[in-house]
Amino acid sequence: MTMNPPDLITILIVGGIGLVAIGAVGMAVSRHLLRLVLALALAEAGVNLLLVLAGYRWDAVAPILTGAAVTRPMVDPVPQALVLTAIVIGVGVQALAVALMIRVREAYGTLDIRELKTRVEQDICGAAGIAPPESANAPGGSQPYPVPVTTSRESA
Amino acid sequence: MHKLASLLFAMGLAALLIGLATQLPLGMTPMGVGQAILERAPGETGSANIVTSVVLAYRGIDTLGELAILFAAATVAGLVLAPSIHAESQARTKPRDDAGLVLRAGSDLLFPLLLAVGFYIVLHGHLTPGGGFQGGVVLAAAFFVSFLARPARQPSHVGVVLIEALAGAAFIGIGLAALLGGGAFLQPLLDQGTLGQLVSAGSLPLLYLAVGLKVGAELSGLLAHLAE
Repeated sequence: MTMNPPDLITILIVGGIGLVAIGAVGMAVSRHLLRLVLALALAEAGVNLLLVLAGYRWDAVAPILTGAAVTRPMVDPVPQALVLTAIVIGVGVQALAVALMIRVREAYGTLDIRELKTRVEQDICGAAGIAPPESANAPGGSQPYPVPVTTSRESA
Repeated sequence: MHKLASLLFAMGLAALLIGLATQLPLGMTPMGVGQAILERAPGETGSANIVTSVVLAYRGIDTLGELAILFAAATVAGLVLAPSIHAESQARTKPRDDAGLVLRAGSDLLFPLLLAVGFYIVLHGHLTPGGGFQGGVVLAAAFFVSFLARPARQPSHVGVVLIEALAGAAFIGIGLAALLGGGAFLQPLLDQGTLGQLVSAGSLPLLYLAVGLKVGAELSGLLAHLAE
């Protein structure tokens, strides 16, 4: 490797930050639930890379003792253990997200966020017995609640 | 407009992170805690892999919490994917396509190899890169490959749950044994042995074996749920 070590670190840091930024754009822009989870996984990979880099020393070796005497310094083992935890938890989060996605697809037949939003709103309004919302400022229309008062007045 | 705003947000985030990164002494980390652990870990735990010492000895309770999170995720995914009452009759009557000859023969060939590699990675976690989490994933892959090749032959859910529960109980039991012996919870036990031998580092390989079995059982159960 002819590259100067500090240059290599710069490239790795820019790569990690780039992954985080690409993941953030993906999460904000994508309209498909699966792509959203994939973008989250990309951002997570970038964060893990940055965490490992936080404990990296360009003149050091991996923190594993071999038979030979230790002549060079070792990198920080604590961020590596933290990233091990982060990866495992990331797998758990993604598995749970995919499981929920399977159920959403079964219930609505689509994974498009905008379509899902209108369908879920219709379902909620239908269950509550009110008209679908006309704007975000008045989610239940001009009269949000059904009128329960008339019957009690008549009996009294 | 929405896309422009999110692009601006991501650019701002990247600029902020790059600004932070230029301020840090990256590449020449000062390593306050890390240096102390590097100096003391071989003598205190007897494990050649210092990352393993950190994961199981110095941050053992953290690893227990991590296992709890993984357990919760696997349980909730199983709960979400549990067949609902009216969908069950349809799912049960649908015939499952058997995989072809190539996939079946390949999975038969791969299964013992994957098991051996998985247990090797788990049992050498205190000597080489790897350990319970990494090896557990390989073990889960071994069972999932055979499940994919023979969808009709279901893995026994009871067995998977039993292995998972026993492994989790073993992890906590080793921690409690250290507590009974007068030490702290999850403090390394037993003789440390010679550094670099397979039987060394006291109770750390046992802990990693429990972690590997638990992760393998959890992930194979989760993948089987997702495949159904």
